[in-house]
Amino acid sequence: MSELPKARIATASLAGCFGCHMAILDIDERLIDLMKLVDVDRSPLTDKKRFTQRCDIGIIEGGCCNEENVHVLHDFRRNCDVLIALGQCAIMGGLPAMRNAIMHSDAPLRECLDEAYITGKYIRNTTHHVPNDPALPLLLDEVYPCSQVVEIDYQIPGCAPSGDIIFDTLAKLLTGKFRGFERDMIKFD
Amino acid sequence: MSGTKKETGFTFTIDGIEITATAGQTIMEAADEAGVYIPRLCDHEGLRHQGSCRVCTVKAGGRSVAACTQPAAPGQAVENETQHLTKMRRDLVEMLFHEGNHLCPICEASGNCELQAMAYRLDMTEATKFPYLEPCRALDASHPDIALDTNRCISCGRCIRASQDVDGKGIFGYVGRGIHRRVAVNGENLADTTAEVTDHAISAEVCPVGCIIRKRVGFAVPIGEREFDKGLIGHEIEEKRK
Repeated sequence: MSELPKARIATASLAGCFGCHMAILDIDERLIDLMKLVDVDRSPLTDKKRFTQRCDIGIIEGGCCNEENVHVLHDFRRNCDVLIALGQCAIMGGLPAMRNAIMHSDAPLRECLDEAYITGKYIRNTTHHVPNDPALPLLLDEVYPCSQVVEIDYQIPGCAPSGDIIFDTLAKLLTGKFRGFERDMIKFD
Repeated sequence: MSGTKKETGFTFTIDGIEITATAGQTIMEAADEAGVYIPRLCDHEGLRHQGSCRVCTVKAGGRSVAACTQPAAPGQAVENETQHLTKMRRDLVEMLFHEGNHLCPICEASGNCELQAMAYRLDMTEATKFPYLEPCRALDASHPDIALDTNRCISCGRCIRASQDVDGKGIFGYVGRGIHRRVAVNGENLADTTAEVTDHAISAEVCPVGCIIRKRVGFAVPIGEREFDKGLIGHEIEEKRK
C-alpha cells in the first residue's frame, strides 16, 4: 500500500459542532497508518485556509447555514475529485436544521434571532440589536444539507461518526475497495 | 394436496426457501414462523394487519402485494429480498424520513426506532434525491406522563389499532386525507383523553418511532446500548432458521 502515490485530502467544518473533526481524531493510532496514505491540504487540522493544489478527497462536516458555508462547499466541490459528507449535519442538516421547521412561525429565522439576541429570558445584550457586523456572513433562510447545494459522492453517517467507520471508509476509498458500509457500522446517532 | 402435510397445510416459497403455511395465514405470518424476515413498519405482532406502509411489499406471481395482508397460496413463488424490492423499500423509508422531521441526533427514540433501524437494514446511506418537506407539526405535552411529538409520526396507525382493539379506548384516530392524513387524539389534546401511561397504545413497543413519548424515562438506557444497537431489525426472526 505504501508503494502508492500519496492521496491529498482536505477537510472543512461548516454548520457543525466540530464533533466530526474530533471524531477524525478518534481514529487514534491508526492515524499513523492513514498518514502513510495521505497528505492533508486545506483543513482545520493543518490550519491551511486555502487549497494549495487539487485534492483527491474533500471531507465536509456540517450543512450550510450561511453564505460563507455555501462558498466553502462550492470551493471544495471545484477542488476535490471525491466529496464526502461526514456526519448527520452534512448529510441532512442535523441539529442546526431544527430551526427550519421546529420554529412554528412565518418568519422562523427572525424569530430565532430575536429570541437568541433580544427577547430571550436570559439574554444580556445592551445594544438590543441582532449582531450585524459586515464581517459576519449572512444567514440563509434555512439550513441546507450538503447534497442540496452540490453533488456529494459519499456520506459517512453518525453523530458523530465513529473513528472506526471513518478510518474504514477512508482506507477502503483510498485503496479502491469501498463497496458500502458494514451494516452494524451504520448509525444515525 | 399431498397426504404428508396437515390437512390445511401447504407450502410455497420465498426467494426459493420452502415455507409451510396453513390456510388463512398471510405471507408474513408464515414467513415469520419459518424464520424469514420481511421488513415492515405498520404491522406489529398482536395488532390487526393494516397494509398501509407498503414496506413489506413482496412480489407474488409477478404482482406487488403487501405481505402482511396477502394470504399465502399453495405453490406460490414469492420474491422478498431482491435488488428491486430492497431499493423500493429503501425509497419508501427515505420518503418517510423526508415527510416528517426525523432528526435522529436529537430524538430520544434513537436506537429503539424502527424507522431508523429499517434505514440501517436497507442501507440508506447514499445522498438523497428527495426534498425535505419539513412540516410544522404540533407538540402535545399536556398529559402529565405522556408527550406526543407528531413531527416524528409516520402515520403507521399502530397506536390507533392498539388503543381501539387492545385498550378499548379509541384515543387515537386518523384525520385528513392523502398526504394531509395525520394521527390525532380524541379531544383537544392528550390531557383531555382517558390515555394512561399503562395503556398498550402508549407502550414502547407500539409506536415504532419517537412520536409517543413516556415522560421521564427517555434516556434511562443510554444511546449506543439500545435495542437496534445490539442487532439489525428482524434478526430475532431470522435466527429461528439457524
